[in-house]
Amino acid sequence: MGISIELEVNGASVSKEVEPRLLLAHLLREELGLTGTKIGCDTSQCGSCTILLDGQAVKSCTVLAVQADGSEVTTIEGLANGDYHPMQQAFWDNHGLQCGFCTPGMIISCVDLLNSNPQPSEDEIRHGLEGNLCRCTGYHNIVRAVQAAAETMNG
Amino acid sequence: MADESNGAGVFGSSIRRREDPELITGQAKYTDDLQLSGMVYCTVLRSDYAHAKINGIDASEAEALDGVIAVYTAKDIEASGVPGGIPVGWLLPDMKIPEHYMLAKDTTRYVGDGVAIVVAEDQYTAHDALDLIYVDYDPRDGVADPKKATEDGAPLVHDEAPNNIAFDWEIGDKEQTDAAFANAAHVASLDIVNNRLIPNAMEPRAALADYNSITGELTLYMTTQNPHIHRLLISLASLGLPEHKIRVIAPEVGGGFGSKIHHYADEAIAAWASMQVGRPVKWTATRTETYLTDAHGRDHVTHGELAMDADGRFIGLRVDTYAAMGAYLSTFAPAVPTYLYGTLMSGEYDLPAIHCHVYGVFTHTVPVDAYRGAGRPEATFVVERLVDEAARVSGIDPAEIRRRNFVSPDAFPYQTQVALEYDSGNYEGALDKALEAIGYDDFRKEQAAARDEGRYLGIGLSTYIEACGLAPSAVVGSLGAQAGQWESAVVRVHATGKVTVYSGCSGHGQGHETTYAQIVASALGVPYDDIDVIEGDSGVMPHGWGTYGSRSAATGGSAIASAAEKVVDKARTIAAHLLEAAEEDLEFEDGNFFVKGSPDQAQSLPDVALQAYLAHNLPKGIEPALEATSFYDPANFVFPFGTHIAVVEVCATTGQVDLKRYLAVDDVGNVINPMIVDGQVHGGIAQGVGQSLYETAVYDDGANLLSGTMLDYAVPKAHFLPSFETDRTVTPCPHNPLGVKGVGEAGTIASPAAVVNAVVDALSPFGVNHIDMPVTSEKVWNAMN
Amino acid sequence: MYPSKFDYHRPSSVQEAVQILADNPDAKVLAGGHSLIPVMKLRLAAPAALVDIGRIDALQGISRSNGSLRIGACVTYNEIANSADVQAAAPLLAEAAGQIGDRQVRYRGTIGGNLSHADPASDLPAAALALGATLHVAGSGGSRSVSASDFFVDLMMTALQADEILTEVEIPAAGAGTGSAYVKFEHPASGYALCGAAAVVTRDAGGSCTGASLCFNGVSATAVSAADAASSLVGSDLSDGAIDSALSGMSIPDATGDMFASAGYRQELARALGAQALRTARDRA
Ligand SMILES: Cc1cc2nc3c(=O)[nH]c(=O)nc-3n(C[C@H](O)[C@H](O)[C@H](O)COP(=O)(O)OP(=O)(O)OC[C@H]3O[C@@H](n4cnc5c(N)ncnc54)[C@H](O)[C@@H]3O)c2cc1C
Ligand code: FES
Ligand code: FES
Repeated sequence: MGISIELEVNGASVSKEVEPRLLLAHLLREELGLTGTKIGCDTSQCGSCTILLDGQAVKSCTVLAVQADGSEVTTIEGLANGDYHPMQQAFWDNHGLQCGFCTPGMIISCVDLLNSNPQPSEDEIRHGLEGNLCRCTGYHNIVRAVQAAAETMNG
Repeated sequence: MADESNGAGVFGSSIRRREDPELITGQAKYTDDLQLSGMVYCTVLRSDYAHAKINGIDASEAEALDGVIAVYTAKDIEASGVPGGIPVGWLLPDMKIPEHYMLAKDTTRYVGDGVAIVVAEDQYTAHDALDLIYVDYDPRDGVADPKKATEDGAPLVHDEAPNNIAFDWEIGDKEQTDAAFANAAHVASLDIVNNRLIPNAMEPRAALADYNSITGELTLYMTTQNPHIHRLLISLASLGLPEHKIRVIAPEVGGGFGSKIHHYADEAIAAWASMQVGRPVKWTATRTETYLTDAHGRDHVTHGELAMDADGRFIGLRVDTYAAMGAYLSTFAPAVPTYLYGTLMSGEYDLPAIHCHVYGVFTHTVPVDAYRGAGRPEATFVVERLVDEAARVSGIDPAEIRRRNFVSPDAFPYQTQVALEYDSGNYEGALDKALEAIGYDDFRKEQAAARDEGRYLGIGLSTYIEACGLAPSAVVGSLGAQAGQWESAVVRVHATGKVTVYSGCSGHGQGHETTYAQIVASALGVPYDDIDVIEGDSGVMPHGWGTYGSRSAATGGSAIASAAEKVVDKARTIAAHLLEAAEEDLEFEDGNFFVKGSPDQAQSLPDVALQAYLAHNLPKGIEPALEATSFYDPANFVFPFGTHIAVVEVCATTGQVDLKRYLAVDDVGNVINPMIVDGQVHGGIAQGVGQSLYETAVYDDGANLLSGTMLDYAVPKAHFLPSFETDRTVTPCPHNPLGVKGVGEAGTIASPAAVVNAVVDALSPFGVNHIDMPVTSEKVWNAMN
Repeated sequence: MYPSKFDYHRPSSVQEAVQILADNPDAKVLAGGHSLIPVMKLRLAAPAALVDIGRIDALQGISRSNGSLRIGACVTYNEIANSADVQAAAPLLAEAAGQIGDRQVRYRGTIGGNLSHADPASDLPAAALALGATLHVAGSGGSRSVSASDFFVDLMMTALQADEILTEVEIPAAGAGTGSAYVKFEHPASGYALCGAAAVVTRDAGGSCTGASLCFNGVSATAVSAADAASSLVGSDLSDGAIDSALSGMSIPDATGDMFASAGYRQELARALGAQALRTARDRA
């Protein structure tokens, strides 16, 4: 049974007929070719699949495409207004990534974190990232990146 | 942040990574991101039983499902006539080498062993079909504990390996060591379990295979740390395709930590399936599948003893280890608890007598192989725990006892009792720097004051050494490696002076494109931005051995440096010809050749390159074009070292360990890019802290994996960790052209001992002298009560 | 991973939703999906149909009236944690909701889903118990109310019938002199509560305790109330000593153990976290 859904993805409207069981992450990756959103686990732990759904960071592997019907989705591909969003820039400048696999989801979560708390302490940043796992960086430079982005974005 | 476009001075500067723009914008393509037209999906049905006979498999329902193209079992692979093997690439004397086939034939030997495969039009259907394959299992007993597996009567993993012993290996001098113990004034003795770990690279393993039946060529995109090793093993042992007809490509790879070195069945299965169905086939592991298939790490049960004289000088070390191999011998598994473990038992210490004995043991578990550090973290943990225990029994301060026993700076090269010859070092230098930075003496006062208030602080040292930069080929060959460990590089200067560099290493997060370009920019004096680095495609670069064992700077970087040197040599000859000067009279500076004293009459490297390609006016005997290939075989391992210090507080009511500070002073030789080196240290520390406090793969007595998902296995999160304090000393490697050592594994090797030593120190008022990893709150609470 | 196939319904009213449930015995309610979708992906659950209640207006919203706080079943943790009304009338709930999972989970998970799922390791059941919440339920046969203490029946089992939906959670607003605290010891992998302690205390003008409740998540098959320990505090001055002695003999019945924490250790955690929650609640009262 296909279900028609309409959503706006990175500013473009999308209409699709989907199986109810299709996960939003798969819609984005397989059907829309937005492979910047990653899938790193099957138990909703890793956060690699994080996107903005109506402006809020969610794990797209734990949302059905049909649940996103009528919503606005922003993926890593649609985050920047110019070349780079200040958070992307800060990750680059501060070596906040190594293999880059966690990075799209991590950057989206960090954007969401600063949206709700523009000047977080280090402790708040670390707790704010509890939904995203990174195996490469030990988080040290990710924290630096968020601090740097907070400075740029508030400055 | 340094300017990225400057020329010769880029070696040693923290320039931002050129890899990043694609990664931060989501444009980089990892294996699972690739789509080929006509692509279909493959899934693997895995055994739910640790040990079972397969009486039969009924796949008819699955085959009938809409969208399913085929279901295959081991019989189909056999019938296709391919060799079907998953070989071991390191041989030890008298080692039992049981057959390992691409799918289980009649017996499953661990939960996760592949039993059947589905090929279907889409991935949802490919997973649906797994539920419709019915396997008639006859379950048998399994065993997971490596020591118990050797007891008489334990269930056998392979009939040909009595008591499940795969190999029985030793190093050092037993008699001499026993004699040392007979004369000891003090002996420190510990039973140590090194917990089994699951690598958890964030990108699950994946493969996309495209077999062209007309040309007979197989293109295999896969999550690999070493495309050429995979090509070789797939050709020789799994599929029997000619090596030159296989092209293994590593697209972007999302971390490996060892888990993407090894040759597994699944990638070969995807390739074989593509040969059967005549379409590209993609296989992507779910995370749960990676837990059941990625080679696990560690899993040792050890008894260790350290003998001292009356002054606290170490006179002998004795170690007995049962090391799990899992159900089959994985690619480099036998090397890990032997030549990467026993050889490290001297630590940073002048130890006159050492004996280390290891049983490699089959268990009904996922195969165990190299995981970040591979053998060296286990060795460091044994040595550094014993050293702390030695401090306790002798009443000498842990820092002092280390100082007293270090190999002294003027003793290098230092020949240990366990085969290695340490190249260079200054262990006390790193220790002093670390003690000073942490404020060791003040900490002891703070600790005493806190104890009076019922708060328990602890400090732990780990003065580690590691042997990396794998490795001199003849040496590893004599130890059993079925591989060379040299590395290849091509430095190609194009006619316009732009440069393409090819390396046989294969980075997956280490920033090779940046650091290799830094090496070449400095060597050739060309702008950094004029240099591209290409890796990870067996179709375009000479054979190489890949990225693991902290080898990419020491061997890959050295290969690039040698190739660049050859380019400069050739360019010099041409430049001399063009300048009508003698080669010996030429200077080479910032990319320009000129006669000493007349820098204004220069031939730049691009000038020379153009002439080399035009070839209108070349010196006699000089071939056109300007490029060089190097196959660099290192003279020795490299030996990074340092001191790591952890400070913890344990909660008196819950037992929770709070890692308050973590400080690392590493010596990795010369540093190409300090920012990247620090990043490697951070990540390494996090993984070692993970092992010490959180991570553990738990099997029950029936060999079922209890920590089978990310819900149960704790990969450290940001709020578990403090910011790390890092510093360095620099003792260049004397035997490679860059003076570099290696940094990829240092953090993981050093940190478990630092953290556990700190916890044991915190718990010393409770009479605790050891606690096994992971140091969970419950274990601490029990130790306190 | 990939869920099995199912039919999807998106009713726009509670009435419609319960009717679909009544007509489809193998259907399940889908709220935030942050428990259901993970178990479906692992194929530990394979409902024939999902009834998505996420867009029913009647299940949204937070309101205060007549001394009670009413929260629609589909209100998310994020909304609860940040709601001024909840922070004022039931700060315990806001505190517990703010500690659930991670920021992504808190945008999706709902109070109704959390309580209905009745995972022993989740955070809201103890809070609901400690606050004396009333759960309003609608079914094809009509509506009813269940007290939190009757709602949690057993491991992942509630008083809800298959065709019933939890519609609203009602909590008596905190009065003067009341303080509360939720303290959680998280499982390092899942982030769920290895043990979570929810405490509410009330003090009179002289500082002596006039009422106390102390409830736990994570320790046994359901959220439990340590009623004896709590009632022994009534009349005390809530000093650290009084709290310690109230908890010294506390034992949670049927504590469960697993590979990460034994039953005995969970008891210890309950004592340690309970004491901490009570002390904080006292300081806030
Ligand atoms: C990564 C992760 C971490 C988490 N960590 C925590 C944590 O630390 N603490 C914690 O408490 N929880 C945690 N959770 C679980 C989370 O809180 C879930 O959101 C919650 O358990 C279920 O709420 P839901 O709205 O998502 O419900 P769903 O997943 O949609 O539903 C759950 C169950 O309840 C039923 N149901 C839902 N709503 C109703 C209703 N109104 N009436 C009747 N039945 C209903 C459904 O049929 C289903 O059986 C975590 C989840 C994830 C993915
Ligand atoms: S893939 Fe979504 S949380 Fe891991
Ligand atoms: S950068 Fe590799 S997992 Fe985060």
